[in-house]
Amino acid sequence: MLRILFYSLIVKPLVLVMLGLNVRGRNHLPTSGPAIIVANHNSHLDALALMSLFSNRVLIRVYPVAAADYFLRNRWLKWFALNVVGIIPIERGPLDSKRTEKGADVLAPVIAALDRGSILILFPEGTRGEPEAMGKLKNGIARVLSERPDVPVVPVFFYGLGKCLPKGEFILVPFFVDVFIGEPLYWEGSRRAFMDKLMEKMQALQSRATNIASSI
Amino acid sequence: MNGPILPQSVQIAFLAIGILLLIASLTSIQLVRTRPERDYSELRQRIRTWWMIVAVFAAAVLFNRTLSVTILGFVSFLAFKEYLSLIPTRRADHRVLFWAYLAIPVQFYWVWIGWYGLFIIFIPVYMFLLLPMRMILIGETQGFLRAIGTLQWGLMITVFSLSHMAFMLVLPPEKNPAGGAMGLLIYLVFLTEINDVAQYIWGKSFGKRKVAPKVSPNKTVAGFLGGVATTTLLAIVLAPWLTPLSRYEALGAGMLIGLAGFVGDVTISALKRDLGVKDSGSMLPGHGGILDRLDSLTYTAPLFFHYVYFLHY
Repeated sequence: MLRILFYSLIVKPLVLVMLGLNVRGRNHLPTSGPAIIVANHNSHLDALALMSLFSNRVLIRVYPVAAADYFLRNRWLKWFALNVVGIIPIERGPLDSKRTEKGADVLAPVIAALDRGSILILFPEGTRGEPEAMGKLKNGIARVLSERPDVPVVPVFFYGLGKCLPKGEFILVPFFVDVFIGEPLYWEGSRRAFMDKLMEKMQALQSRATNIASSI
Repeated sequence: MNGPILPQSVQIAFLAIGILLLIASLTSIQLVRTRPERDYSELRQRIRTWWMIVAVFAAAVLFNRTLSVTILGFVSFLAFKEYLSLIPTRRADHRVLFWAYLAIPVQFYWVWIGWYGLFIIFIPVYMFLLLPMRMILIGETQGFLRAIGTLQWGLMITVFSLSHMAFMLVLPPEKNPAGGAMGLLIYLVFLTEINDVAQYIWGKSFGKRKVAPKVSPNKTVAGFLGGVATTTLLAIVLAPWLTPLSRYEALGAGMLIGLAGFVGDVTISALKRDLGVKDSGSMLPGHGGILDRLDSLTYTAPLFFHYVYFLHY
């Protein structure tokens, strides 16, 4: 309930008035779970802007997957992140030998949420990078898919949000934002093959974005 | 409220605009029916968007000063946002852009309280001096001139120029007995948009020689002259209903709007050509971005305002 109020009274009007999303391929967005949405990560606004694309009916099943070390770092932020934004927290960091056992469980909350029929938002870059650029993708997503191979993965590329609220800034500056949503892709049989295909799809969306931004 | 009853001329003006649009809608529907082999979807979309624009304009003009200033301020905000989204900006200027945005509510506040003196110097003087100072505090000198130049130009075009539309609504209505408070703005916007349409139609029908082939290859001499003539004729006919202008003053106003509208149009075209985009955005289906629709007004609004202000206020 708190989440729906937060999104319909604050996030959606803010995104509509202050930003203005120009969405291409909205029909590719999943309307029911389980599903995974994968996006480039330049700003805290990414997750909120993505959430604002869903109707309230679908929204209650959509959860951004976010870093526990960042969003659960103090009591207030934790309460806000879990109850108002509605994140699914996961541990991040390298899976060294000491953590292997723990590492196996890192993605357990994600798989559990998929089994409940949720739509999850994942940022495989792991952190917010340079504006409108895309860093290396982490393969946690492939590990999830290897266990739940029927789940569709929808790639999304944002262009402009890194200018609105870049990493390290807390003042929002309005810009129009282009959103490119691609067709869903599926598990490819191996992690490597899936990650290659995902990277290729994301780069295709990115080049569409930069083409529109720089040269028609 | 500006008064319990709208001036009769204003009621007739909106009725006439509605009828014009209705004719456009019906004609386009007829075209789709009689010539199904051709694609009229863009024309249909364009006319549908016109209805929306007229609805927003009516809301901006017909109720009270607060609503008018809020809506027109929001239009400036959209135009400025579209401009900034289009041009290259430096990452270091994040906070400077924030200050530039703040100029919009302040500028429209001067309009709302009717403070002409500050309205007219706030952006050309105070923002002009403040923004470079804020940039210098950040200290990034690489690309400084380009950054401050493009930012100030954008503020002038999208905020300073367009805010003249709003100031027309706060001019003393007793100086314009025929049109009341909103007559001048309706006259300006109607003539500017008709001028765009007329230049397009004249150009399509008779145009050969190009006026500015490098900037805007679709603009022709015939389109330009035919448009200015049409606009001037309408300006003379409509002036006694909506403005305090005499016949000869209206002749001047019509030529001014026809010429300035053309210049505003090609100026935004030059901007788009420089940036390599076809449309300034995609807010208005069938038209492009909001700047694609406001381009002529960025020139006609301040020029017509000062013409009338000098003659009658």
